[in-house]
Formats: sequence, C-alpha cells, structure tokens
Amino acid sequence: MHYAPAPLHIPDGFLNVTVSVICWIITIVVLGMAISRTNKNLGEKQIPLMGIMAAFIFAAQMINFPVAGGTSGHLLGGALAAIVLGPWAGMLVMTAVIAVQGLLFQDGGLLVMGANIFNMGLLTAAIGYGLYRSVMNKSTGTKLAVAGVAAWLSVMAGALATSLQLWLSGTSNLQTVVIAMLSVHALIGLGEALITVAALSFILRTRPDLLGEGSASAEGGRGWIVAGVIVSLVVVLLSPLASAHPDGLERVAIDMGFIDAGQAAPYQIIPDYTLPFLGATPLSTILAGVIGAVIVLGIAIVTGRTLQKKTS
Amino acid sequence: MHFDAFDRYHETESFIHRLDPRVKVIVTVAFILSNAFLPDGAWAAFGLAWLFLLFANALSNLGLGFTFKRSFVALPFALVAVTVLFTIPGEPLSTFHFLFWDLTVTDMGLLRFGSILVRSWLSVQMAILLVATARFPDIVHALEHLRVPMILTTIIAFLYRYLFVLVDEVFRLLRAREARSAAAAGLRSGGSVAWRAGVAGNMAGQLFLRSYERSDRVYNAMLARGYTGRLNTIHPHEMRRIDYLATVLALFMILVLQLIERI
Repeated sequence: MHYAPAPLHIPDGFLNVTVSVICWIITIVVLGMAISRTNKNLGEKQIPLMGIMAAFIFAAQMINFPVAGGTSGHLLGGALAAIVLGPWAGMLVMTAVIAVQGLLFQDGGLLVMGANIFNMGLLTAAIGYGLYRSVMNKSTGTKLAVAGVAAWLSVMAGALATSLQLWLSGTSNLQTVVIAMLSVHALIGLGEALITVAALSFILRTRPDLLGEGSASAEGGRGWIVAGVIVSLVVVLLSPLASAHPDGLERVAIDMGFIDAGQAAPYQIIPDYTLPFLGATPLSTILAGVIGAVIVLGIAIVTGRTLQKKTS
Repeated sequence: MHFDAFDRYHETESFIHRLDPRVKVIVTVAFILSNAFLPDGAWAAFGLAWLFLLFANALSNLGLGFTFKRSFVALPFALVAVTVLFTIPGEPLSTFHFLFWDLTVTDMGLLRFGSILVRSWLSVQMAILLVATARFPDIVHALEHLRVPMILTTIIAFLYRYLFVLVDEVFRLLRAREARSAAAAGLRSGGSVAWRAGVAGNMAGQLFLRSYERSDRVYNAMLARGYTGRLNTIHPHEMRRIDYLATVLALFMILVLQLIERI
C-alpha cells in the first residue's frame, strides 16, 4: 500500500523524555477539554461522523498533485478539519489520524505522539479555526483568503513547534533546524493553502449549509479568535527571531534551565530545574515540567474564562 | 480493496501472538520510554535492549530479522539530527568543507548522533513488532481497557473500519483525473501549479461531501442494528495468569536495562 510519510511526524528517539512528557501533558489537557465539550454538545450521531471524517482526512492526504521535478504536494488537513467540523471535533479527528499513523504505520513515534498531536492537531486547529472564525460573517472571498492564510500559517506553526522541540531535546542546532524546517514548509504550506481554499470553495458552492449558521463549523466561541490570533502572532514573531537571532532564544532557554535539561542525559540536569526534595532524578525533572505546564495552563484557562464572561 | 488492506498483522501461531494485547501495548511503551531514558553512549544497555528485541522477535515466531527488515522507516528523519555532529563541543575528529562552511565532526557530537539513531532504531522496531503480533482492532480495544477515553478509541476504530472504503474512493477520484488529463507525447497536461492544486482541492472537497453523506448512511444502518453509542465486541479480553507473568518479567528486564547503566 502506497503511503508517503510527512516530514512533520517525529519518530521516537528524537525528543528527550522531558520534552516528550511536557508535550503529552499539554496535549492531554487540551484533548480533555475537547472531549468534555464534545460529549456535552453532541449526540451519539456525531461519533460515527467524526470517525468517518478522520478516515476522510487520512484518505485526503493521499490526493496529491505534481509540483515540479517529480515532487508532489498534498494536504495535511489540520486547518480544513477544524474549519469544517468545528475546533474541538477537528482536534479529536486529527488526534485519531495521528494516532493511527503512529501506531499502524510507524509514521511518528509513540512516546513523542503527544508532541506530534500538539504540532499537527492542536496548533493547526487553533490557527485554522481561530482566523477563519474571525471573518465568518464576511464575504466568501474574504473567508477563502483568510482560510488560505490560516492553512499556510498552521503548517508553519507545526514546523516551528517541531523545530523548537528538536532543539530543546538537544537533537538539532536551533538556527539550522528552524531555517531548514521553515523554508521547506513555507512551500508545503502553499500547497496546503491552495488545496484548503479550493476544497472550501467547493463545499461552499455545493453544500453551503454545512458551513453556515448553526452548523458545527460555527459552534466555536469568540475565545477561538483570540487563541488563533495569539498563536499566529507567536509564530510570526518567533520565526524570524529564531532564524536570525538564535542567541536571544538560547539565552532565555539557558536561563530557564531548559537547555541543560535537554542536552544532558535526563538525570544529569542542573539542580535549578528540579524539585529539591527529589534530587536530580528524571522524576524530579518531569515533575518540575508538570508543575510548569500546569501553571501555564492555569493561566490560559483563567484568561479564557475571563474572556468568555466578557463576550457572553 | 479488502477491509484489512492496511493492517500490518502477521497471522501465525506464537507465544507473543497469544498474549493479551494490553500486555503488548504496555511493554512496547515501557521499552520505548526506557530507550529515551538511557543516556548517550550507553552502549551496553543499548546492546541489551537490542537482545531483548531479538528475543521478542524469536518468541513471536516471525524470524529473528523480522523487525530489522522493516526498521528503516524513520531513517530519513535522522537528517534533522545531523547538526549535533558539528555543534557539540568535544575533541575534533575530522574536518571537511561543505559548500562554504568548514565543518568539524567532534567525538561528543558523533556520540550524540549515534545514540539518537540507535534509540530511534530500537524504538521503531518494537512498535513494528506490536502491530505485527496484535490485530489493530484488538490494539484499539486494549487502549480502551487502558483508560484511553472512549470517544477517542471509537473514532480510531471508525477510522480504521472505513479507511479502506474512503481510500477506494480516492483511487476512483485519482483514476478519473488521470483519465481526464490526456496529453500529447512529451508534453505535460494541465495548467499551472496553482491550477493543479485547485483540481486536487476540488477532489478533496468532493471526497469530503461523499464521506459526509456516507457517514449519515452508516449511522442510520448502525441505528437499525441497535447502536446505542458504544461498540461491543464478541472477543472480551481477559488477562490470564501468563499475561500478568509476561508483563512482570518484561518490565523487570527493562528495569535491569536501566539499572545496568546506573551502576
């Protein structure tokens, strides 16, 4: 069976334990929110729908088009899934796709699957849906243009996040990996944008009801616009910084103790980044990471709540 | 296309095939986690991990080289790790000129690069063995037992169940495009790259509508057969004494791997 692996799927062995576990925690918390939202909002009918939509994304990734010199472009689908299915369902669908690619085809590892889901399922949904949601009531042309930009940015966000994880794990040199990943994916992202726009315009022409008021596509709240814009801004601001002035970013990472956690073996990290009562053990590093991630998520949730109250 | 066209299961009779899928999932994840915990240059432990893998291969009755033959899928990704060869400080080994850079390979860089490759190579082989010795629906069922939320396992089960149908659909769309794209010998058919991407996008849109409408029919058919929101199986998995024993033994061996490096 022909199956072309995509360059964003990180295999096992390329990320260290700390980075893998932190990515898993973030992914599990966001997926937990997605699951509770989906269980609350949707009936039993949605589950077969999401399952078949996951198969659709998987199959749609096989539709390719010749670019030049024997290379071809194809869809990754994160932004498209979030736009047509709504953000939470889109995330669950992409998670299923990435899980099957990793489990069944060894395209992407198991320990690093949290990172892969975060890069290709969660970031893409936040950007894809958030930006699209902000122009939902505008003209078709605007919607399609914004969807195209969102699709391109979602691929860039995945590439940037992958590069940063590889760097923090001590697998790649920051500047090299960021420049290489972003320049390759700037082109892949163009293919993604063109296919996403064409597919959306096709759906808008034939079944506009699927994307209109009251559909799954319109269910996300205003919080998504904020999330989408923030993630997009981070990508836009961080990409040139990481590729042109990696020293600044390295400095921040060293100050936070991340670099040593990444580049040494997990149990040789500096004591600053561990919990004193556990000593310098991997468990301690992971717990320190967990606490950090929980704090960040706590802030994110509180901010989200406040924004939600303002809008409703 | 047959419904199990995508499965990597290898039908045979063996100790590992008979184990409960939960055991295989747990041991695979523990093995991959253990590899990630081993420090750079832990060659003794890496060697033992490889022996553990060969042992598992032998017990699965698939031949000692079974996973080795399929283990190169993750190799292209090694490209991202090449930079550590030159950027980690250490004793210089050799210097060469590439485009306009002088690159020096250091011994610490080589050690790190080798360790990353070995970790990845060992981990991917265990994952290959997992899907070769357990049917994919059984793995999904095992995940459910291991407390993966049911909504996710159900979506994955549906994805697996209908993938071959939708891939058939993709092949029909691709064949139709091929048939429309006649070209004179030596000339390329079709318009610009953007035009071709647009055609692919229309195909993706078409596939979306067909899938969406199919999901309605699937749901109605399931409803008619008494679907209540959960999938039932006629193969209830049960952990036997041998399953517990195998889990404990395998986890113990993995622990020994870790301890050898620490002493």
